[in-house]
Amino acid sequence: MIGLWIFIAIIVLLVLFMIGMYNAMVRSRNQVKNAWAQIDVQLKRRHDLIPNLIETVKGYMHHERETLESVTKARTQAVNISGGSVAEQAQAENALSKTLRSLFAVSENYPDLKANQNFLALQEELTSTENKIGFARQFYNDAVMSFNNKIQTFPANMMAGMFGFKEAESFEIEEAAEREAPKVDFGS
Amino acid sequence: MFELIRANKRRAFVLMAAMAALLGALGYGLGLAFWHRPLEGLVVAFVIWAVLALVTWFQGDALILQASGARRIEKKDHPVLFDVVEEMTIAAGLPKTPEVYILDVEAPNAFATGRSPERAKIAVTAGLLERLNRDELQGVIGHEIGHVANRDVLYMMVATIMIGAIVMLADIGFYGFLFGGGGGGRRTSSSGGGGQAQAIMMLVALVLVILAPILAQLFYFALSRRREYLADASSARYTRYPDGLASALEKIAANTTPMPQVSRATAALYIANPLKAGARGLSDLSSTHPPISERIRILRSMSSDASYASYDKAFKSVSGRAVGVVPFSAASETDAVQTRAASADASAAVSSRASRRRDTTNALWSAQGYRFIDCPCGVRLKVPPRFPKDVVTCPNCGRDHSLSPKRL
Repeated sequence: MIGLWIFIAIIVLLVLFMIGMYNAMVRSRNQVKNAWAQIDVQLKRRHDLIPNLIETVKGYMHHERETLESVTKARTQAVNISGGSVAEQAQAENALSKTLRSLFAVSENYPDLKANQNFLALQEELTSTENKIGFARQFYNDAVMSFNNKIQTFPANMMAGMFGFKEAESFEIEEAAEREAPKVDFGS
Repeated sequence: MFELIRANKRRAFVLMAAMAALLGALGYGLGLAFWHRPLEGLVVAFVIWAVLALVTWFQGDALILQASGARRIEKKDHPVLFDVVEEMTIAAGLPKTPEVYILDVEAPNAFATGRSPERAKIAVTAGLLERLNRDELQGVIGHEIGHVANRDVLYMMVATIMIGAIVMLADIGFYGFLFGGGGGGRRTSSSGGGGQAQAIMMLVALVLVILAPILAQLFYFALSRRREYLADASSARYTRYPDGLASALEKIAANTTPMPQVSRATAALYIANPLKAGARGLSDLSSTHPPISERIRILRSMSSDASYASYDKAFKSVSGRAVGVVPFSAASETDAVQTRAASADASAAVSSRASRRRDTTNALWSAQGYRFIDCPCGVRLKVPPRFPKDVVTCPNCGRDHSLSPKRL
């Protein structure tokens, strides 16, 4: 009789343990989702700012058609791919960052443009958005790391397989050189 | 970092339970000693606690901000400060950017208040904005956001309420002993044996009256210091740049101007102990903050890993203590978190102290309702909030600027 009770107690404890583990994994997965939403907000903000920027600089930069086109193209690509896999989006956004950097670099040659209040405001907006993308990415990658650690360690990995928890992808930046807080040096 | 927040909530719960038990015991003991009705003592304790809790819960942050003379500012008043706050909000994953306040105070300091992340408010002094570059400011704001994310503000608020209740009750008990000596005295004459039990009861109550407030405060101070270390660890983790906060703390420590109008109750909220000018006081048991030099050394020795585990390790080696400050669940994170390099404008002469002073002054003026008009001749007109006329004339070139009736 006592043996039966001990057996039942063990089963109950085991079930409780599994419920706790399952809930922890769900919580962690939701954190990853929320963190991604944060990145998404900032990326959209950047996508929205770029047409304004192109409109503003068009009148000044007559000799930089290629640079402007590459920004527009990179933006279109990034917009089209949003909703795709994390790696694809990361790649498109990295390309966009790069074209933006070169645009701001050549803008140095146009003193009139640099005196334009609208341009300066956009430049400030875009820099701060870049910074925020950086921090949102950092938070997202933390959430991903915490989630992946959770579902890969024993015994949670057995549960994870059972309930279809898949590893989340982190949002990587391309080169180590770009690891510093993204800064577009406007020399302002 | 999510584990840290959960561990903090558990700790907060344990502390509250312990303090509630202390408060209950005090009420019970006093009730027994004075009226022979312990339950009534409990009720009195509860009523005192409830009144304090209601006031603090609904008015606490407003009262603190009002007492410190903080003024709310908008993004346009100080864009850099706002950007830094937004960045740290994102880095910590808070649901909403806190409100930002500025204090017209020369001493560099900052604090966070508001009982939940949704109601969080961050206040910085003008002296802080003037002295720190962007990286350092980010470190300080990261520390404050850390307090918000780790729920320290709520925790400290609830702890303050408990201490307040315990102190008030102990005061009542103390005066009870001074005048009249309670009901126990009359009982003593009626029955001998009961008298002895009464005397013991009175003694226990007296000890409680004396010890409870001291115990509660020591408890509170120890936890407050621990929370400071934790917020430093969070800041390093958010900014990935522990040197930023370290260098900010160095500048804060070098300051000798004391903070005006800071009560003991709000001292724990600040980044550096506002009650000690220079914040270089020894760490005694009755200090809300750990010694600033120790905090700097810990941050400096984190080398290139900004994780909680790294902070914990640095804490142990600098303080020589065997037990770390970071809850085990957060410190067990194995992966290193790479630190970043100093940002470009930290070293650039662009953000010189003079330009920061100008920005800060403008933010202060704007927070007081002044309006700024940029005259085409290059002069910036500062129009006071109660300027009587609709038109203001530039003293330099004589142009008239119309003032729209809308007050900012």
